[in-house]
Amino acid sequence: MNFAEQLPVLPVITPLILAPVTLLLPQGRAPHLFATFVSWLTFAACAFLLAAVSDVGVISYHLGDWAPPLGIEYRIDLANALVLMLVSGIAAVVFPFAYASVRLEIDERQSTFFYCAMLICMTGLLGVTITGDAFNVFVFLEISSLSTYALIAMGARRDRRALTAAFNYLVMGTIGATFFVIGIGLLYQATGTLNMADLHDKLAGNSSRVVGAGFAFIVVGVGLKLAMFPLHLWLPNAYAHAPSAVSAFIAATATKVAVYVLIRFFYSVFGFDFAFEAAAFTWVLLPLGLAGMFVASFVALFQEDVKRMLAYSSVAQIGYMLLGLSFATVEGLTATLVHVFNHALMKGALFMAVACVVFRAGSHSIDAFAGLSKRMPVTTWAFILSGLSLIGVPLTVGFVSKWYLLEAAFAAGHWYAGFLIVASSLIAVLYIGRIAEVMLLREPHEEGRYAIPAKDAPLSMLIPMWVLVGANIYFGVRTGLTVDIATRAAEALMLTAGGAP
Amino acid sequence: MGWFEFVLDRYNYWIVIVLMMTGLYIVFARGNLVKKIVGLNLFQTSVFIFYITIGKIAGGTAPIYIDGELDHGDDAGHGEGVAAGHETVVGDGSESLHQAPAEDGANALPHAEEHASEALSSKIENTFAANDLKAGLESVEPSADAGSLHTAPDGADKIANDSLLHLEKPAAPGFEVEGGADAANALADVVHHSSEVIYTNPLPHVLILTAIVVGVATTAVGLALAVRIREAYGTIEEDELETMDNVAEFGDTAAAGLAS
Repeated sequence: MNFAEQLPVLPVITPLILAPVTLLLPQGRAPHLFATFVSWLTFAACAFLLAAVSDVGVISYHLGDWAPPLGIEYRIDLANALVLMLVSGIAAVVFPFAYASVRLEIDERQSTFFYCAMLICMTGLLGVTITGDAFNVFVFLEISSLSTYALIAMGARRDRRALTAAFNYLVMGTIGATFFVIGIGLLYQATGTLNMADLHDKLAGNSSRVVGAGFAFIVVGVGLKLAMFPLHLWLPNAYAHAPSAVSAFIAATATKVAVYVLIRFFYSVFGFDFAFEAAAFTWVLLPLGLAGMFVASFVALFQEDVKRMLAYSSVAQIGYMLLGLSFATVEGLTATLVHVFNHALMKGALFMAVACVVFRAGSHSIDAFAGLSKRMPVTTWAFILSGLSLIGVPLTVGFVSKWYLLEAAFAAGHWYAGFLIVASSLIAVLYIGRIAEVMLLREPHEEGRYAIPAKDAPLSMLIPMWVLVGANIYFGVRTGLTVDIATRAAEALMLTAGGAP
Repeated sequence: MGWFEFVLDRYNYWIVIVLMMTGLYIVFARGNLVKKIVGLNLFQTSVFIFYITIGKIAGGTAPIYIDGELDHGDDAGHGEGVAAGHETVVGDGSESLHQAPAEDGANALPHAEEHASEALSSKIENTFAANDLKAGLESVEPSADAGSLHTAPDGADKIANDSLLHLEKPAAPGFEVEGGADAANALADVVHHSSEVIYTNPLPHVLILTAIVVGVATTAVGLALAVRIREAYGTIEEDELETMDNVAEFGDTAAAGLAS
């Protein structure tokens, strides 16, 4: 039993086993340092894993040495190695960032529970990504969701609406998860297996009504979890009222992981043999993706609360991902995977910038941003740079993913989608520009509720934030890194799905 | 009435659907947060029943390994073991009644038992066969339409006792000469046939056990949130909560406009 053999299980069990240890630590600095250490350990494991997968191809790990399809299998290919890297990377940046923000926003007595819940949430997200077992996905999805409900509710110290937001998310999230379980049950009824690869083999050519119903349940269930356009109602309030550090973490990771689950089921489980797949792409994902892009962007334009504006913008960005997915081409899938990665970078940086503002101004209303460039210039420029990335300006990651998405749209013959992508990006210019105008051109409040001292956020917050902003630019210039991995992952997925390359 | 039977045969699915829709309706229609949680529970319960339905196999027995119990049955001396032996023979007897004349079946019973213990002399094989017979009993039960399930053992108990007496004797070789050959063959068939044990599929039960744990956790978190909401707002009615949030955000006029 050497280290390399057990590597695939480490990203999940490291945080899972060490999370309860957080509860035993004394209040104060210790839980935070410990959680940060764990997140870095996990990140290192994920980085090793990505390197290994990139070298040797698909890694299959049998939990407890029980051979699949009966045993649970962890199956890591490039697609989930990329998402693993993303989740653990964001965690490794958000955990050090959280300390100052959490100390301000959360009761000292709750801080140990807070870091424990954060670690469990990370465990769940990594587990969903790494597993090759359909039921296991449900279990990990609920592990991450349950801790997310608790984390969002911890925002109640500043704003009691966090409680109702968490409750609504709980109801919607549970309905989504239960739909997903019903879908898995129907698939099990039709095939007698839960292993994804095995499901794919046994479902080949089977388009019976049982499988069709299972497919529908799974799409709706995961759609609720990933805030697919008409099912997104839980998201804006949840992101807006959660503690700032939590918003930064879940906005960057939770919905991305759900998008990954959707990709996995569409391409690795059902495949193109499945009769409803093409219909689902054409009549569900494509129109809903387009509608989400526009409706959510428009709503974002009129928000007075910057966090809620960013949340609506997330719904719109998920529209882009669904759009790329629905083209059913290697280019489209590459664009989706790249955008999953890139959007996490920009949304993480944006929510961190808002957290810095909340730290000094105590509010995330747009009024608190007035004249911010004169009070907190470092934070302001972080917000503007990652905002430019969200719009899709060249030399940022946002440009890379929009470019590939456009290319995929024209290659797939959906030229109108290409124009709509550009049009909805223009709305992003408006809503980011509105905040930028307030920050740069307005005079800061000299007195009153939103008067803030001319002092930037502490370094413990600024450094992680600028790491993410730097990543936005680095991956925007060195485009080869992500695009190469995403293309290879997309080709592998397409091969499993049995589609034309 | 074909459709009527179609509906009736799948009664468990109808229960699932009715429960599911009731639960979802409660979640959507009720404004009280605790009632919402109750609806959510009902919805999840329907899924539990659905999974249990998937796992059920007609005539299947509980997936419990009944090794130890049948070990005793071979000794034919210990209380529980004897009981198991009885049941085995009862099941066997009622099965044979369908295939052979009643007298012959009763005569042949001991021999079949001997046959089994003779042929499967090694311990493992022996328990295996006995296990099968036990399973055979389960599968026979529904077919005992001749009488109620309660009366059957009374008559058959005697036969079983007889067979046990025979069992204690050394096995008589060449029983085929002695008994009705037809019945013995039929019984041998039964012994052979029931070597395919039918177990209910345990996996869906395991899965749903996991889902139940998740469901309980969700309910706990949901109720805890409801308690906190009551502490913070003083109510758990959704429309009142919404009004209070609107007042907080837009002032009294907006709430008044909403109410009118």
